[in-house]
Amino acid sequence: MAEHCAVIGIGQTKHSESRRDLSIPGLVRDAAVRALQDANMSWKDIECVVIGTAPDMFEGVMMPELWLSDALGASGKPIFRVHTAGSVGGSTAVVASHLVQAGVHEKVLTLAFEKQSESNAMWALSPAVPFQPQLVAGAGGYFAPLIRSYIRRSDAHPDTGCMVAVKDRQHGLLNPDAHLHLDQSLEEVKASPMLWDPIRYSETCPSSDGAVAMVLVNDKHAARVQNPAWITGTSVRTERTFFAGRDQVNPAAGKLCAKDVYDQAGITNPLKEIDCAEVYVPFSWFEPMWLENLGFAEEGQGWRMTMEGKTKIGGEMPWNMSGGVMCTNPIGASGMLRFAEAARQVRGTAGRHQVEGAKVALGHAYGGGSQFFAMWIVSSER
Amino acid sequence: MSEILSAPYVLEYTYTRSTGPVVGRFLEGLRYEVLEGVRTADGRVLCPPVEYDEQGEATTGEFVQLRPSGTVKTWSWVEEPRKSHPLDRPFAWALIQIDGADNSMLHVVDAGEAKRMRTGMRVRLRWAEHKSGTIRDIACFEPMSPFMPGPVHLEYEVNPGQHYSAYLRGLQRGQIIGGKDPESGKVYVPPRAADPVTGRPTSEYVEVADRGVLTTFTIIRIPFEGQKLKPPYCFGAIVLDGADMPIYHLISGVPHDEIRMGMRVKAKWKPKEQWQTSLENILYFEPTGEPDVPFEEYEEHL
Amino acid sequence: MREVAIVSFSQLPSSKVIHADEPELVQPVTAAAMEQIGLTQDDIGFTCSGSTDYLPGRPFSFVAAVDGLKAWPPIRESHVEMDGAFALYEAWVRLLHGDIDTALVFSFGRCSLGPVPEVLNVQNDPYYVQPLGLDAISAAALQARAMIDARKATERDFAEVAVRNRQNAVRNPNAHVKGPLDVEAILAEPYISSPLRKSLCSPLSDSAAAVVLAAGDTARKLVERPAWIRGIDHRTEPHALGQRDLTASASAKLAAEKAGVRKGKVDVAELHAPFAHQEIILREAMGLGEGTEINPSGGALAANSLMTTGLIRFGEAASRVLSGSADRAVAHATSGACLQHNLVAVLEGE
Repeated sequence: MAEHCAVIGIGQTKHSESRRDLSIPGLVRDAAVRALQDANMSWKDIECVVIGTAPDMFEGVMMPELWLSDALGASGKPIFRVHTAGSVGGSTAVVASHLVQAGVHEKVLTLAFEKQSESNAMWALSPAVPFQPQLVAGAGGYFAPLIRSYIRRSDAHPDTGCMVAVKDRQHGLLNPDAHLHLDQSLEEVKASPMLWDPIRYSETCPSSDGAVAMVLVNDKHAARVQNPAWITGTSVRTERTFFAGRDQVNPAAGKLCAKDVYDQAGITNPLKEIDCAEVYVPFSWFEPMWLENLGFAEEGQGWRMTMEGKTKIGGEMPWNMSGGVMCTNPIGASGMLRFAEAARQVRGTAGRHQVEGAKVALGHAYGGGSQFFAMWIVSSER
Repeated sequence: MSEILSAPYVLEYTYTRSTGPVVGRFLEGLRYEVLEGVRTADGRVLCPPVEYDEQGEATTGEFVQLRPSGTVKTWSWVEEPRKSHPLDRPFAWALIQIDGADNSMLHVVDAGEAKRMRTGMRVRLRWAEHKSGTIRDIACFEPMSPFMPGPVHLEYEVNPGQHYSAYLRGLQRGQIIGGKDPESGKVYVPPRAADPVTGRPTSEYVEVADRGVLTTFTIIRIPFEGQKLKPPYCFGAIVLDGADMPIYHLISGVPHDEIRMGMRVKAKWKPKEQWQTSLENILYFEPTGEPDVPFEEYEEHL
Repeated sequence: MREVAIVSFSQLPSSKVIHADEPELVQPVTAAAMEQIGLTQDDIGFTCSGSTDYLPGRPFSFVAAVDGLKAWPPIRESHVEMDGAFALYEAWVRLLHGDIDTALVFSFGRCSLGPVPEVLNVQNDPYYVQPLGLDAISAAALQARAMIDARKATERDFAEVAVRNRQNAVRNPNAHVKGPLDVEAILAEPYISSPLRKSLCSPLSDSAAAVVLAAGDTARKLVERPAWIRGIDHRTEPHALGQRDLTASASAKLAAEKAGVRKGKVDVAELHAPFAHQEIILREAMGLGEGTEINPSGGALAANSLMTTGLIRFGEAASRVLSGSADRAVAHATSGACLQHNLVAVLEGE
C-alpha cells in the first residue's frame, strides 16, 4: 500500500419515497456537490469518479456512468462503475479507496445512488424470464426462512426483531436526511401485519430515492479538513448462493471479510475496540444475525445484546445510529450510506446521532442471498 | 287542495358582448392559441388580463406572452357534472396561477379522478379543437406529470443452458434430476456448470427422490405485484432425499399452524398430461405423515 | 508502483450462438486460463468480472456467473457493469496493494439473446435520446458521416479497414466472421444506416474470455515472458453526441498519453473499434503510425461479443508479448456510443 487514504468530504441527499423534484443527474449531483463543499473542494479538484448503483433496470438506463459523466464533471477524467448487488455501495467505496492507496489517484469522488421511484422494484428485480422459476415469494420470501432458522438455532426472544425496528426508527428521528421518521412503540411494531412470517411489516426497510457521495484523498490532501476519517481496513468476500452444507444464517464470507478488515485495522476484539457500527440491516432480524457474524457476539447470543439495549446510541455498542437501512433504503446507495455514516462518526460530524467520542467505526454492506460482503474500518487516527 | 299547475320554461338568450381593448385582445389571442397577460402599473402581470386592477388602477396595456401552464391554488372536485359544466365527466374547478402571472384564473382541470388533484399541482392548458373567441377556447387544464414516460421494449430469445435444460427435461418426464460432483459426491439440484466447492461441472446426472425434509419456511401473507397466488401461502426449503442442498417450493395440504421445521414432505404432481419443462409440474409439497426429522439431522442445511 | 503483468489468456471461440448459460460460459474459460499456467482458483487472490444485465435482459446476470466459479472458501471478488477490460483495470489496481499476487479477470457476453443495436439505445440519455430510439449503428453512422464531411476519410477508407481486419481474422481460430471480401464488394453492399454498410459494422457474437494477472516475481515464476502493464489509463468525454467532435477521440488521445503509448515503438495494437471508421479515429488519437500492426486478430470487426470484446483485445495483445512475437503492444477497450469512454494500456516484454 503506497498511500494512506482518508475521507474528507461526505454528502447525501434528503432521502424519500420519491424525489420527484430531481432528475437522476440532479439527484447524484445534489449528493456530490454537498460532498465537495464538505471537502472544501470544487469539481476541478477531482481526478476520478467511481460510481455504484444496483441493477440498471431500476432506472432503465444501461451503464448510466456514460450518461452521468457530464453531471459528475467527469469529462476528460476516468469514471468507473461497480456493481456487486446489494453490497455495491460498499464495494464502490472500496474500489475508490484502493485507487488512492495504490497511488493511482490523489483525489477521488465516489458516489452511489438509486432512484427507485422511476420503476417498480419487484418488476426490475424479477421480470418474468422464460425457464426461470417464477416469483413466488417476493422480496422478503428468501430471507424469512433464514430468519426462522436463526430463531430456531439461537432460541432467540421473539421480540428481538421488533426491538431492532423500534431502536433504528428512534435513531432515524435524529437524522434529518432519513427517509422514515417514525416514532413507534414496541407494541405498535408488534401489532403491525405479518408479511412473510416471521417478518412483520414494521420489521422491513422502506424503498427510497437517494444518493450519497464521498471525497477520498491521500495524505497530501487530507489536511484540507480538520477531521479526516482514515481508512484503516477494507475487504470484500463472495460465496455462492447455494451449495451443500452452506451456512446461510451465518455465512462464512461475512466472517472472513470481517476478520480480514479487523486484521488490517489491528482489531482483535471488535466489541472493545470499535466504538460504533453502521451495518446493512434490511430486515430487523439481521441485526442479531450480523452481531454474531461480525464477531460482536458469540454465536447464538446476538439477540441478547439487542434485547439488553446495548445497540442503542448510549449503549455499549451503538449500531445504525443514522437509523440505518430500516429508515432509508436507496438500494444501490444503501451500502455506501453505511460506509459514509461510519466515517461521519469518527469525524465527529454526525449531528444529533453522533456517538460521543467515536474514534473507530465499522461500515458494512451485503448483497445477493447473503453472499456478497464489503466492509471498511475508519478511524480518527491514521 | 287544488292542483298546482306546472310547465317547463327555458330562459335563453345570446348577448352581444363588447369586450373592450384588454379582454378582447386576450380572447382574440386564444383563437390563435396565444396566452397573454397584462402588466399592471406596479409591475405585476395579470392573467386573465383586466383593464383595471383590484386597486382600481388602470393596467398599462402592455401584454406579456405566457406559457400555457400553471399551478393550482385551490380546487373543487365535481363527481357528477351539471349540464352547464364544461366537461361531461368528473372534473375539478380550480383557480390556476398561470406561470409568470401574479393572479389566478378560474378554469377546470380534467384529472380523471379526485385523487390526482392537490393544491400546488402543476397543470398544462389544453386548447379546444374548435375556437369560438371565448374562454372556452381553453378546453380545460390537465395535470402535468413531474414524470415523463420512459418505455423500454426489447425482445429477447432466451435459452437456459445445458445443465438447466437437462433438469427441465427431467421434470417433463416426472423426474427430479440432480448433478453429482465426482470428487465430493455431493448432489446439486438442479445440476450446474461448476460445483461451488470444487469448481468442476456436476456432469453426472442422478435422479433424486420427490420427497424430503422441510428445513425452514415462511408463511407469505403480503400481496405484491406479479404474485400468482392469493396469500396466505407457505414457501419453504426442502432437502430432497438424495440431494445435498435445498430446493424451494410451496408447502400445502396442511393447516399453516401445523407446518414445522423437520417435517417430511412429498411432491404433489400435476396430472401427467399437463407436464411441461417446468418446476410448476409440481403443484406443491405436502406432508408424508412420516415422523419428523430431528433438528440435528438437517441443521447443516440451514 | 508495483509491476503487474498479464500471464494467461483464454477465450471461447466467438460464434453466432453458444447454447450455454452464464456458469456454462464462465466455468470452461476461467478454468482454461488458470490451467494453462498451472493455477487453480485457490491460487487466485482476487477475482473480477465485467458484464451487463441488458444483454440477457434480466438483472444480476453476474450473480449467476459466480455459479461458474469455485467460490469455496469464499473469495475476494468484484464486478463492474462494464467491459471486462475495465474489470482488468480494477484487478490491476487491487494488485498494486501488495498483499496478493494474482488476479482472475473474466467477462461473458451473449449477443444472440436480444436485439443488440436497440438494446444499446438504453445507454442513451433517457430524456432526449432514448425516446427517439437511436440504435447503435445509426449513432455510429452519424460519426462516420462527420468524418467524410470533415474530409478525414472516405467510404473506401472504411472498406479498406474492414477488408484488412477480415483478412487478419483468417489466422484467428476464435474469430466469428473472416475470409475474403474486397473493397468493391463492400461498397456494393446496401446501406444499413448510411454511410454504414453491413461489413463496416462488427458482427454480433457470443463468447467469454478470461485473463490472469500476476505481480512481480510471481509473474516471472508462472511464465517465461510476462506481458508487463507499463501504463494503463482510461478517460471519458461528454455523453451527448452534439457536444463532442465526433471525428476525433479526445478521451482516447488523453488515455494514450497517460499510458505512455508514444514513449516507444508500438509493434502491435489491438483496438476495440466496433465500426470500421472508429479504427481510423483511434489510430490518429493514439498516434499509431505505419510501423504498428493493427488488430492481427481481426479485431471487433471479426468477433464482437459485447462486454468481452475489450478484454479480448487485452488478451490478444498480451498473447503477442507472451509468445515473443512483439516487444511492445497497445491494448484498447471502449464503452458507450461513438467511442465515449476509452481505456488504453501499454504491454511490454521484459
